Amino acid sequence: MFAPQFGYHRASSVAEAGELLRSNPGAKLLAGGHSLIPVLKLRLAAPPALIDIGRLAELRGIAVDGGSLRLGALTTHAELAASPELQRHAPALAQAASVIGDPAVRNRGTIGGNVAHADPASDLPTVLVALGAAFEIAGAGGERTVPAAEFFQGMMATALGDGDLLTAVVLPARPPGQGQAYVKFAHPASRYAVIGVAAALTVSDGACTAAAVAVGGLVPVPLRAPSVEGALAGGPVAADALAAAADRVAADLGDDLIGDVFASAEYRRAVAAVWVRRALEAAAQAA
Amino acid sequence: MSAKIFGSGIRRREDPRLVTGSATYTDDITLPGMVYAAMLRSPHAHARIRSIDTAAAAAAPGVLAVYTGADTAEALAPVPTAWLLPDSDLQVADYPAIARDTVRYVGDIVAVVVAESRYQAYDAVDLVAVDYEPLPAVVDPELASRPGAPQIHDGIAGNQALHWTVAGGDVEAAFASADVVVEERIVQQRLIPNAMETRSAVARFTRASGELTLWNTTQNPHIARFICSAVTGVPEDRLRVIAPEVGGGFGSKIAVYPADFVTVFCAMRLGRPVKWTETRSENYQATTHGRDHVQQVELAATRDGRITGLRCSVWAGLGAYLSTAAPGIPTILHGLMLSGVYDIPAVKEDVYGIYTNATPVEAYRGAGRPEATFMLERLVDRLAGELGLDPAEVRRRNLIPRFEDGHPVVTGLTYDSGDYPAALEKLLAHAGYDRLRAEQAAARERGRHLGIGLATYVEICGLGPSQVAGAIGFQGGLWESAIVRFHPSGKVHVFIGASPHGQGEETTFAQIVASEVGVSPDDVKVFHGDTDNTPMGWGTYGSRTTAVGGAALALTARKIKEKAKIVAAHLLEAAVEDMDYEDGNFFVKGSPDRGKTIQDIALMANVSWNMPEGVESGLEASTFYDPPNFTFPFGAHLAVVEVHPETGQVDLLRYVALDDCGPQINPVIVAGQVHGGVVQGIGQALWEEAVYDESGQLVSGTMLDYALPRADRLPEIEVLSTVTPSPHHPIGVKGVGEAGTIASTVTVYNAVMDALRPFRVGAVTMPLTPERVWRAIQEAQGG
Ligand SMILES: Cc1cc2nc3c(=O)[nH]c(=O)nc-3n(C[C@H](O)[C@H](O)[C@H](O)COP(=O)(O)OP(=O)(O)OC[C@H]3O[C@@H](n4cnc5c(N)ncnc54)[C@H](O)[C@@H]3O)c2cc1C
Repeated sequence: MFAPQFGYHRASSVAEAGELLRSNPGAKLLAGGHSLIPVLKLRLAAPPALIDIGRLAELRGIAVDGGSLRLGALTTHAELAASPELQRHAPALAQAASVIGDPAVRNRGTIGGNVAHADPASDLPTVLVALGAAFEIAGAGGERTVPAAEFFQGMMATALGDGDLLTAVVLPARPPGQGQAYVKFAHPASRYAVIGVAAALTVSDGACTAAAVAVGGLVPVPLRAPSVEGALAGGPVAADALAAAADRVAADLGDDLIGDVFASAEYRRAVAAVWVRRALEAAAQAA
Repeated sequence: MSAKIFGSGIRRREDPRLVTGSATYTDDITLPGMVYAAMLRSPHAHARIRSIDTAAAAAAPGVLAVYTGADTAEALAPVPTAWLLPDSDLQVADYPAIARDTVRYVGDIVAVVVAESRYQAYDAVDLVAVDYEPLPAVVDPELASRPGAPQIHDGIAGNQALHWTVAGGDVEAAFASADVVVEERIVQQRLIPNAMETRSAVARFTRASGELTLWNTTQNPHIARFICSAVTGVPEDRLRVIAPEVGGGFGSKIAVYPADFVTVFCAMRLGRPVKWTETRSENYQATTHGRDHVQQVELAATRDGRITGLRCSVWAGLGAYLSTAAPGIPTILHGLMLSGVYDIPAVKEDVYGIYTNATPVEAYRGAGRPEATFMLERLVDRLAGELGLDPAEVRRRNLIPRFEDGHPVVTGLTYDSGDYPAALEKLLAHAGYDRLRAEQAAARERGRHLGIGLATYVEICGLGPSQVAGAIGFQGGLWESAIVRFHPSGKVHVFIGASPHGQGEETTFAQIVASEVGVSPDDVKVFHGDTDNTPMGWGTYGSRTTAVGGAALALTARKIKEKAKIVAAHLLEAAVEDMDYEDGNFFVKGSPDRGKTIQDIALMANVSWNMPEGVESGLEASTFYDPPNFTFPFGAHLAVVEVHPETGQVDLLRYVALDDCGPQINPVIVAGQVHGGVVQGIGQALWEEAVYDESGQLVSGTMLDYALPRADRLPEIEVLSTVTPSPHHPIGVKGVGEAGTIASTVTVYNAVMDALRPFRVGAVTMPLTPERVWRAIQEAQGG
């Protein structure tokens, strides 16, 4: 548990952080440190320098702007979970943030670090994929915005390149009549998601008018579940209809499932529909 | 006062320093000139070392020295085991502190680096280049015992460290004439003890005087001194072992470890104080594990549910080398408890202790008794299922009736006292057992799967009569000692040889003295854990500190009281026979308001102006207490679970623990011990497992993978008790440190299997993870 030696720089602005990244090849940004520091202590990586962005006030805070929410990259999980704006406009994200790790992790860990690390067992990416979030990135060539479907590219791989800094996550506010939910099958030791499901169902007169469902934890990159969404759209939100739609998830999972000694890929595939159903029921309940 | 102090739930005096972070653990010790050791540990489960190149590490910044097995071979004797179990063909493999030509588990020490800072030491460890020739490895004890398995030690055929048998009655006849036989193959998975404080040692050697001080996180500093002296050659009188605050042990801090000796070696070579503290990952690999049994068990019974015989074979994985107490755990502490709380006329058990390419196994909370209780209580449930009887009823039909002073059992032990039927009935009444069964039936109608699990148990504590220790090959005594010293102002110092490390004896031992001689517990300070200022003692494990050390202390306090009475009689110019005593007041019968307090007497004895003829100055006494028998706490536990068949998830809804440890000195501390013990046992049933892959890599190598119990997955634990004093103990107490663990694993397991009854599943391997439960259901349904 003793990290190898590294240099340390504290950035005083986003611009300076970018310059430091470019002038220190191989350097890593340090936000809450709750993914990066364990990696260093286990000596799985030895970056020559860390660039601490933890004190950049410009990267903090939750702003509601008309129909969208802008979450600064340094917003902590605890802030997300406790935010009345988020509970109102993106309750699934607040729920997901509230079940990350334990209080210490939630007080330090940030949404930016969480999505940049892109651990397949993380909670927030699944919700952000379901809700159609976009990611604002400041890079050498200026600023750009990347949609969730393109941001998460593989296990621990994102659209962030060398020299890129994620500044904010933007997502649409919940439309009227939409219920959202995030349910999680937590690993008993790590508390990361073995399976996580985010669902947003828009309900009108007992019928589902729009559905967005994403699954994570059991796949390398969080996936939308088009078969489930298709089965829901236009149908009733009765229990048997939700269960039947949930069963369709098998068709969406693909071949590349994650397994470990606690839960094999085969098991995760077999029980995924149960967790999808639970998410659909909770979302329908909240609509 | 005395009646109130004994049995009162006063707060633990240990806690303020623990919860405010002001306690001093070994790693908090910092000495002038101190340097840091880091161990290079084998990444292979089994490999030959072709060569080691330490040049780059030795040249790294801050490095003082790099040592390998070639350096320590002469200086350090092999690491000994202290339990030379007789009649077992015990094969003690050579256990070098630093491996020489072969490594035998992931974690075996290959080299040590000493540097000015910890970071430098770890950086340099990465620079030691070792050329390994990997060899085939085996981690499953049963597989390791089969022909053709990789051979771990030269000359130890079949990797068999020991074969031990316990038998009583005619077991063959019992099975031949049985109406029913039930059997099960049970795996007691390997567990990692997970003390909150990892292992640590600080060694300081003073060349001028030849004196060595070793601060060590140990459960038994006097044993550590004895063994450390033997391995390092430092004479016992020059060797001081200090166990500062010790953050839990659960058995994993009984052993004296290779890394301790290596740290001492470095300090002696370099003439600088050396600190070594494990990282958590290192703790997982190198600090002893627990359990690791494969058990094949059969139980014979009559049609009406009377148990007539128990027969089993156990393959106990001992890891790559024999740890300090290892040979005695799956044998003496396990096999002798085979018949449990039941009148079983015939038993036989063969235990095969097997070397494997895994971390050495030691005592782990319960140490052998949870594994014994599990076998029996599991099979009793099987029997109930087979006969269509209620599990509580089968237990009732077999329990040994109440006894107050000795009950011999088939394994040769004599239990001290017990009232097993009363314990079971009180538990069932409190839990509302009949109502629970009705709720379970109603829930099943609604498609919900509740399960109710029961276990009754008796365990062996208070180790033990030293003559027995000798007979069973334990290379030490098992008595305890205490010194009680009254200062002139009436304040008291108590010195004990046992070494509490979280159990709360600084509080309960003050309560013992207070209740015996009538001082306030606040006036009693308890010293332990330093071989230079405490009397010899054999340590804290096997729930023995109160059962043995507490007896030594109570008897010592009584000696003080006797002397005080003589002094008081003299001061009051009365005959000793005319003296009376109440709550710290010594007085002539009938005149309590003209008495002498214990504080008066302490002053007079210390100034010694006017002592009775022939009575020594001072008020101090000591006792070496060697118990006449073990103690046998017992109890009955109940759990209610719900199983969700579609995912296999298990929710623990309710847990009720009834434990009889005799009279309770402090019921709050007893409840705390029960809580912790119960939770550790639940951990085995539901979550914990040290997983090795086939090549011997520890897959569950961090807390990200190894699942410890968490508060949010646990119900409130309902704690009940009955009180059956031990007839041979001065204050009747039996010990409670391990009780909770002994019953809770099988209680929860039985509850889950009860919930799964409608699915007719076979045995499910622990821990009962959702996937395992789900698969068992799928398989039973032909899915
Ligand atoms: C015990 C424990 C339990 C946990 N349980 C969970 C869980 O249940 N669910 C879950 O989702 N997560 C869990 N986590 C992870 C936690 O959410 C982390 O906080 C998070 O993944 C990383 O955020 P951070 O701010 O700590 O990032 P850091 O560790 O500081 O950084 C992580 C990575 O992201 C990069 N990075 C950080 N910020 C930016 C940025 N603005 N732009 C570009 N790159 C950036 C860093 O360079 C680094 O590579 C757990 C962590 C721990 C220690």
